[in-house]
Amino acid sequence: MTALLDTLFNGLAIGSVLMLAALGLAVVFGLMGVINMAHGELMMLGAYTTFVVQNLFKTGPLQGLFPAYILLAIPAAFLVSGLAGLLLEKTVIRRLYGRPLETLLATWGVSLILQQFVRSVSTAFALGLVAAVVLALLAPRFTPQAWWQQRWTPLLSFGRWLAAAAVGIALASGLGNVRALDQPWFSARNIDVTAPQWLRGSIDLAGVNMPTGRLFIIALTALALVAVNWFLQKSAWGIRIRAVTQNRPMSSCLGIPTETVDALTFLVGSGLAGVAGVAVTLLGSVGPNLGGNYIVDCFMVVVLGGVGKLLGTVVAALGIGILSYVIGSGSLLLVWPAMPVGLNELVTFFATTSMAKVLVFALIVVFLQFRPAGLFPQKGRMVEA
Amino acid sequence: MADLFSSRTLRRALPWVVIVLLALLLPAVLPPFRLNLLGRFLSLGIVALGVDLIWGFTGMLSLGQGIFFSLGGYALGMYLSLNSLEPGQLPEFFSLYGVQSLPAFWRPFGSPLFTLFALWVIPALVAGVLGYLVFRNRIKGVYFSILTQAALLVFFNFFNGQQKLINGTNGLKTDTARIFGELVGSDGMQRNLFLLTVVLAVGAFLLCRWLTSGRFGDALIAIRDDEPRMRFTGYNPTAYKTLVFAVAGALAGVSGALYTVQSGIVSPQFMAVPFSIEMVIWVAVGGRGTLIGAVLGAVLINYAKSLVSEALPETWLFIQGGLFLLVVTALPDGLVGWWRSGGPGRIQAMVGWPPVAATYPELDLDPAVQAEKAELEGGAR
Amino acid sequence: MKPSFLRGALSQRSPLRLVAGTTVLTLSFSLVACGGGEKAAGDFDGEVKVGILHSRSGTMAISENTVAEAELMAIEEINNAGGVKIDGKKLKIVPIEEDGASDWPTFAEKAKKLIDQDQVAVVFGGWTSASRKAMLPVFEAKDHFLYYPIQYEGQECSRNIFYTGATPNQQAEPAVSWLLKNKGKDFFLVGSDYVYPRTANTIIKEQLKVEGGNLVGEDYLPLGNTEVAPIIAKIKQALPNGGVIVNTLNGDSNVAFFKQLKAAGITPANGYAIMSFSIAEEEVAAIGPEYLEGTYAAWNFFQSLDTPASKKFTEAFKAKYGDSRVTNDPAESAYNMVYLWAKGAEKANSVDDNKVRAALIGVTFDAPQGPIEVQPNHHTTELVMIGEVQKDGMFKIIENSGIVKPLAWNQFVPETKGYTCDWTQDRPDAGKFKL
Repeated sequence: MTALLDTLFNGLAIGSVLMLAALGLAVVFGLMGVINMAHGELMMLGAYTTFVVQNLFKTGPLQGLFPAYILLAIPAAFLVSGLAGLLLEKTVIRRLYGRPLETLLATWGVSLILQQFVRSVSTAFALGLVAAVVLALLAPRFTPQAWWQQRWTPLLSFGRWLAAAAVGIALASGLGNVRALDQPWFSARNIDVTAPQWLRGSIDLAGVNMPTGRLFIIALTALALVAVNWFLQKSAWGIRIRAVTQNRPMSSCLGIPTETVDALTFLVGSGLAGVAGVAVTLLGSVGPNLGGNYIVDCFMVVVLGGVGKLLGTVVAALGIGILSYVIGSGSLLLVWPAMPVGLNELVTFFATTSMAKVLVFALIVVFLQFRPAGLFPQKGRMVEA
Repeated sequence: MADLFSSRTLRRALPWVVIVLLALLLPAVLPPFRLNLLGRFLSLGIVALGVDLIWGFTGMLSLGQGIFFSLGGYALGMYLSLNSLEPGQLPEFFSLYGVQSLPAFWRPFGSPLFTLFALWVIPALVAGVLGYLVFRNRIKGVYFSILTQAALLVFFNFFNGQQKLINGTNGLKTDTARIFGELVGSDGMQRNLFLLTVVLAVGAFLLCRWLTSGRFGDALIAIRDDEPRMRFTGYNPTAYKTLVFAVAGALAGVSGALYTVQSGIVSPQFMAVPFSIEMVIWVAVGGRGTLIGAVLGAVLINYAKSLVSEALPETWLFIQGGLFLLVVTALPDGLVGWWRSGGPGRIQAMVGWPPVAATYPELDLDPAVQAEKAELEGGAR
Repeated sequence: MKPSFLRGALSQRSPLRLVAGTTVLTLSFSLVACGGGEKAAGDFDGEVKVGILHSRSGTMAISENTVAEAELMAIEEINNAGGVKIDGKKLKIVPIEEDGASDWPTFAEKAKKLIDQDQVAVVFGGWTSASRKAMLPVFEAKDHFLYYPIQYEGQECSRNIFYTGATPNQQAEPAVSWLLKNKGKDFFLVGSDYVYPRTANTIIKEQLKVEGGNLVGEDYLPLGNTEVAPIIAKIKQALPNGGVIVNTLNGDSNVAFFKQLKAAGITPANGYAIMSFSIAEEEVAAIGPEYLEGTYAAWNFFQSLDTPASKKFTEAFKAKYGDSRVTNDPAESAYNMVYLWAKGAEKANSVDDNKVRAALIGVTFDAPQGPIEVQPNHHTTELVMIGEVQKDGMFKIIENSGIVKPLAWNQFVPETKGYTCDWTQDRPDAGKFKL
């Protein structure tokens, strides 16, 4: 009995992290059919936001509130990642609607840039970047109006970015000579996010040892799930989002501003990634590679769950969580010690964390042979569905 | 003079003459290190050709070509590990993990003939089986992409975790093995391998051109542009897709084998997620749907990567990421596509010297057009 | 107006484009190949180029940056002291840095570049065993030399590599013996899924058999994986009432492992002795000392080592790279190997690799850890210490096993028992022969 509870709890614990991480991706994928490869990096931004918030609380007048910093980090991370996602949607993804494969590649490019960004960013770097962007955006104001109505205007509008980038790089490297400005904010090293004391212990319940950090994540996931569900089902914008998900051209005809809906969905999806970023700081390392550690697992959840319902994401995440725990910990052997020898060897062979991953992924690939559109496919009458 | 050059046969032959000259000249001119780099990048061009076939022509974005690439590399790596041993000896790494006898699946790789076939047949078979299962269920679009990525991770974790079978993370090294009694890593052998790469790259290019120019190529493009319509017209897209995926797998296998002997190692790193995505980017930058673009993209980007990482390693990710964004948003058909669609002319027009448009009478006078006309008339009679 | 043949060829599908592309490419290749002339330096009579090949980007950059910095510091110190003195001439050491990009095949590529293109006298580089194994065939095929600074799994003795990090008998084995004597007999082994943990654990398992320990379980985590719940469940199952955990996890996974161990109550206070072989001062800072306090590590150098040489090293490092930085064993080892090479070159009176190789054996150096000496098996003697993590992130040295000679071939593993390596002997199998 305890073994069963233990398995359930640990499976739930692993699954809830997956679920939280994949929730935003599922919302975006469901609406736009876009796989956002930068989703992991948006999580990373959330985790770095947690780091910044934590540092605010480590010293100074807020020190006494340190145990509660994580509660502030959640909305902060939602905002930071959400805004980054909004920017991404407005500048890149918007240009690529209807071309999901290209979007996949473009967002992969964004993920590389974000990774290197957190490694390299220093005050000098940030100033140079801001200078370049401001310069490029304001260029039309400082130059004769006539320049912008010429045959060669396209060249100019492309060239101004190059020129602005050159100015930005020059500024950044000039400022970089000042040691204080050159100090990277985070550097390529992993950063230390310390969980408050109350999230570091564990409690024993019905013979099962439950780390409070894990319980916190489970609660956070449940909360996020309820909130997203409420938003999609009850709120006015949620209804619009669902309408666009089901039939984009028809929604557009009926006066729903699909562009705003897309932007909003992306903001929410990215914000959820930020929240997931806060959660994973309780479990693992925080560094530039954080995103890469989660992204493929998130894809698996979304693909396995299908795009029709949130329920798909929930079931898929829990399923993967429990399965990887059961296989990886070899707990089948504990439940059924008298297993036949052949099967026994097989179970032992896969009972390491890395081989469990092989088996779980292989099982997903096999499963998709029978249910190509996932557990809960979107119903429709289109030939492509 | 103009007559000499406009002669059709000569113009056709010219590129080949130049290729042969370059292939013979380069090993003499370039220092061994640069030659080796060029050879490796050219072999990557072969896998890029495969990616172009399935993505550029058929519209299926595979993020798992690394599987087939590595399978080819491992096949050759296993042969080379066995080849330079005394009879009865085991490759050195086995002793570290306490393996006493050669695992059964290693045995056939002792034979050079078997290996020669295995390095492209095995990847093609794996690709064919995987492709058949996936395409039969009409899995496509991003689902296909994610599925191939999952398969890639399955293979990566398996090869990475199985020290006792395949030496895990370390992979198999080939530089100190011998072919025909000569050290694989030696300059002379590397020069021969470069020539072999040139020959195989040209062969792969011709194969792909043959595949894409005829009815088969039309069918692939039809799948890309409107698969349901093709199905309703009575064709079976699954067969075409499976076949082209298998061909791409075979090309990846050949490419992996060539890359392995020129890098000196094959390791599970070849199955890392970013590497397989990079393959797609080479094609995107060079120009998907254009075969030459795939090869050019692979060579150019890798060359750029090598140069940038020598000078400013921190900036490479920025450059690479920026390149992705730029190509996908601004140059969807890549460099070659931009060139062919008159990109340079447009730039010229913007700065005030629009290219002189060819007029009809002048077109008619073009020797090539006249020759074609004569040929057509000849055919009509 | 372009000549008509060109226009025709370019507007049709034709391989001419391939040719044009290749030509441009070739030109640029040759341009690069011809560039890079060096000028001689001011106070010196000449220069000697050395290669520094570490990951400056990618996952391993976190660790390898420090090692590269220590090497650059040693080069700067030697240059400030007048450079390498050969034939009465003062040669300035000019480092050429390359980025291995955390990708093993790239290491091999860059090693080739340093040897063929830059013609360096020697290459200092590598961190992971996989990167060393990738470079090894290059150095063997070209008969060139790599100096490798990291503690590693042994079972290798290349003529073309000098290893200045610990072999298992200079780190893992004394640590396991100490654990057996002081902390318990039941061992659980955890490692990342790659070669060092796998091989180190093979050795530890054999050692446990010989010295009366008891292996209760082992598990491996894929690199970069942070989901350690199944491993923790296994540890609890196997060691319900405390025991010894030997940790060879690498990089990111450590953070997840220790955070979750603490949450699950597997702590020193509850009777678990946790010994890590890949966690030094820098990693402690990144993971957070509060998670690691009371766990152990075995190294040949700790920043807290209270000797003048150690303090001088740490102070110089902080002065150069910032007060917040810490020194650690890999950095010290990297620093040592540059000095060892310079001493070897001066002793050989040449920077020719093969002369340095012969001269280097027997060279001694007053390292930050204390005196070290290069042995005939291309490894160095090392001071073996065990430290306990303190609140401030430093180690308290709780055991000093003295100076230990390196054994390239492990004496616990049956396959290599009785084998040794001695490159001073003139025999074809000098790298591995039975005594």
